[in-house]
Amino acid sequence: MPYETDYTNQKFSVIGNRVNRPDGVDKVTGRARYGADASAAGQLVGKILRSPHAHALIKKIDTSKAEKLPGVKAIVTGDDFPDFTGGNRSLMDTLENCMARGRALYDGHAVAAVAAVDAQTANEALKLIKVTYKKLPHVTDVDEAMKPSAPVVHDWIRTAGIEPAPTTASNISQRNEFGHGDIDVGFAEADVIIEKTFKTEQTHQGYIEPHACLATLGPDGSGELWVTTQGHFTFRNMCASLLGLDVAKLKVTSSEIGGGFGGKTHVWMEPVALQLARKSNRPVKLVMTREEVFKATGPTSSTSVDVKIGAKKNGRITAASAELRYQSGAFPGMWGMLGAMTSFACYDLKHVKSVGYDVLCNRPKVAAYRAPSAPMAAFGVESVIDLLAAELKMDPVEFRIKNAAKKGTRASYGPIYGPIGIGPTLEAVKNHPHMKKRLGKNQGRGVACGFWFNFGGQTCTDLNIGIDGSVNLTVGTVDVGGSRASLALIAAEELGVDYDQVRVTIGDTSSLGHNDTTEGSRGTFSSGMATIFAARNAIDVMKQRAADTWGIPVEQVVWEEGVARAKGRQNSNLPPLSLKEIAAKSPRTGGPIAGHNEVVADGAGVSFASHICDVEVDPETGSTRVIRYTVVQDAGKAIHPDYVEGQFQGGAAQGIGWALNEEYIYGEDGTLQNAGFLDYRIPVCSDLPFIDTEILEIPNPNHPYGVRGVGETSIVPPLAAIGNAVSNAVGVRMTHVPMSPPRILKAIEDAQ
Amino acid sequence: MSGVTVSAKVNGDAVQYVCPPNESLMDVLRNRLNLTGVKEGCGTGDCGACSVTLDDRLVCSCLVLGAEAEGRSIGTVEGISQDGELHPLQTAFIDHAALQCGICTPGFLVAAKSLLGRNPNPSEEEIRYALAGNLCRCTGYDKIVRAVQSAAKVMRKQKKS
Amino acid sequence: MHIRLSGILCQATGGASTVEVSGATIGDILTSLVQKHPAIQEHLDDGVAVAVNGEIYRDRRDQVIPEGSEVFLLPRIEGG
Repeated sequence: MPYETDYTNQKFSVIGNRVNRPDGVDKVTGRARYGADASAAGQLVGKILRSPHAHALIKKIDTSKAEKLPGVKAIVTGDDFPDFTGGNRSLMDTLENCMARGRALYDGHAVAAVAAVDAQTANEALKLIKVTYKKLPHVTDVDEAMKPSAPVVHDWIRTAGIEPAPTTASNISQRNEFGHGDIDVGFAEADVIIEKTFKTEQTHQGYIEPHACLATLGPDGSGELWVTTQGHFTFRNMCASLLGLDVAKLKVTSSEIGGGFGGKTHVWMEPVALQLARKSNRPVKLVMTREEVFKATGPTSSTSVDVKIGAKKNGRITAASAELRYQSGAFPGMWGMLGAMTSFACYDLKHVKSVGYDVLCNRPKVAAYRAPSAPMAAFGVESVIDLLAAELKMDPVEFRIKNAAKKGTRASYGPIYGPIGIGPTLEAVKNHPHMKKRLGKNQGRGVACGFWFNFGGQTCTDLNIGIDGSVNLTVGTVDVGGSRASLALIAAEELGVDYDQVRVTIGDTSSLGHNDTTEGSRGTFSSGMATIFAARNAIDVMKQRAADTWGIPVEQVVWEEGVARAKGRQNSNLPPLSLKEIAAKSPRTGGPIAGHNEVVADGAGVSFASHICDVEVDPETGSTRVIRYTVVQDAGKAIHPDYVEGQFQGGAAQGIGWALNEEYIYGEDGTLQNAGFLDYRIPVCSDLPFIDTEILEIPNPNHPYGVRGVGETSIVPPLAAIGNAVSNAVGVRMTHVPMSPPRILKAIEDAQ
Repeated sequence: MSGVTVSAKVNGDAVQYVCPPNESLMDVLRNRLNLTGVKEGCGTGDCGACSVTLDDRLVCSCLVLGAEAEGRSIGTVEGISQDGELHPLQTAFIDHAALQCGICTPGFLVAAKSLLGRNPNPSEEEIRYALAGNLCRCTGYDKIVRAVQSAAKVMRKQKKS
Repeated sequence: MHIRLSGILCQATGGASTVEVSGATIGDILTSLVQKHPAIQEHLDDGVAVAVNGEIYRDRRDQVIPEGSEVFLLPRIEGG
């Protein structure tokens, strides 16, 4: 049944209320179960043996001693994973990343795995596996990897996007160009041109919960997987494809997820757990250590970016260009492409060109990290914007307002914008009380904008009305940040019942049709839309039941505030029937009442944010303290304001950590030096101030409630906001993220 | 490897378990006593997700041996609510939306309860430094600090009456 | 109706950044595009997004395209 997705500008009864989330009690009492919290009778413990080398041929793997160790029930290597990929390169990359096939491609790449009766035995077994490696030359830096002299990671890669098509192997998997106009003409018109190169180091999503799963797989090809994931349906499809299983025979249940941010959209060791389970014919529990998470899951790219922007004395930008180089780890990705698409998206430009390169190197396979690729591009662009504003002696916010994209602007990535929110967020920043706060000695203020796409996707929900009128809503989008509360609010709003009457569950893969992964800020947007339609579907059923009860045509029945009413003077004697009453009668009026909806949600809209940041930098130590931070972002409609604020604050905090401290440090030998939370330093409670938020609500015309995605955009501006703030505080332009104390001190020193 | 027999108290209840000498208290609590509220985030004492109290002292259970708990009293998140009633900290965390994914929440609750037990009226700075041993990646700590401030207020009022 | 494209997608159209297509929905015009430039099927299989008057559609093929809309083909974009 088709439903209208257009925004209806209706008045809300419960939407927008700050209600308690339904899974709150479980989470504050320790009852909620995450990936490592499930166990099965007879389960084995799985452990993975990983390459200590950045790049090496695997000449031989001798598992004989390990097999003889009492308590070891199964061992697998690359040979245990036949090729079911049917020539699909992307699937093969995933398979090879889960378990090396003849060559170790990065420090931490899986080369073998065991399942044993306990962790101790499994660890002993790993020590008994003898791997004969032949070390190969390696490369870990993105710019080094692009040089013709660099060791090639995969000899089958030919750079796509270049004419004529190259015939020799390269680490550059693709080149993408976006833009319009003629930048030579544009730069010729400029009175001032600023050109600079920036570097950002690799960071990890840093979720506190390591990857974990409990897998069973029988000889008949049917199995179960309990796993922490952002998309259990996607994981099911992936595991089934890689292992040659029937999708319907693999039931995947998503545990509660302890953080994902894009890093749990991809399988890293789940197929290995399933294969161990199949080989041993016992359940296998496989949990990654923190070190494994850093070394062998999907961090984001490290990058090197050149930005050039020109403007006239009156403050209008005449041309902008960027070359962005992103490393994707040991397998191809499209991260440089995304960076090129987002770099100038905030601005109204007549002449613009951005070129993105995707580069392979001997590092783990890069995965999405919250608005992937956008933060690094924004760091470069927003820094140059500030430099230009300073050169033109213009206020940085005014300069941005003067050049902000608006309806009718051709986006730097191609299409013409409809109504967008960059202008409003900048105006809100301009008028925000934060801007009036006095700055003291060694303090500096920075502002920055950010852009991100939001997505919809395949969504399927079930809404069932119990005999007592309680409502069970089953959705397929994993709840990463509290969306269960928002979805319950939406169901309650549509049905006209109390919020507490609705219970939301995340269904497993056997309970619902396919649901896409919770990424791209789509959770509330997509499942919310499907919930609205499922509720309307159920309302249609209830109206029919009321009509039947009254013996009148259903066209004379309306649903208002949770009750069915009979319209018309001839029906004025009929008292309204509440949802509870209709539900109670349902066994005799036609059976269970349910609403169902499959929708491909789309048109989630693009998102803009503007941040303001004040920092204080200690000139003796280079240490930076964030004193004040404000996030302004458009949410379309905040279903549950607490959780929208939470997304703004969380994204900002990750961006702050990225800007000031977080980085992957590789040694000369290509191995990761800081694979733990001690030396990979994410922000702690004492590092941050309260983070102020302002939610703008400019309705998305493609959603009945005007909802936009919100989860990702807030990580885009912080690198630049902090970069601008620190640069203002120390009087030197910072071009290398993270701006850790040694880097700041060096920058100050170099300038003197 | 022979096991060590340990008698201890967990959340007020007497327990007994046998574990290898090198097994952490965290693994004992999670795998032998089924108290999965204790979470392993790093295994090296850097994230605080495994926080418990050991004779009222806040510790990372991944850095304590199961054998070291002999004769001692352990407090986990499962013991924070009393007689089926949520503790003011638990209520405050829910009310203030101080959790998103919730994985760090048990550790924060144990740490916050330990703080308020020592300092019933902490300043914002004192709260932030006392909780600096607990990592959260979702919230940016803003609502967590507000929840602790709010719970502290409630607890001070309760004590008065 | 014209569909504009950029980036690596242009390689499949022999360098053309604008292609004339016909159809009422996103699905229709993509079919029309493949008929003209079969090499683009590979990119469609990888996944593409279509912007209609600035609104990006990544997943719906039945989305109707109003007359006179500006249509832009983008490579597949992924979030986190």
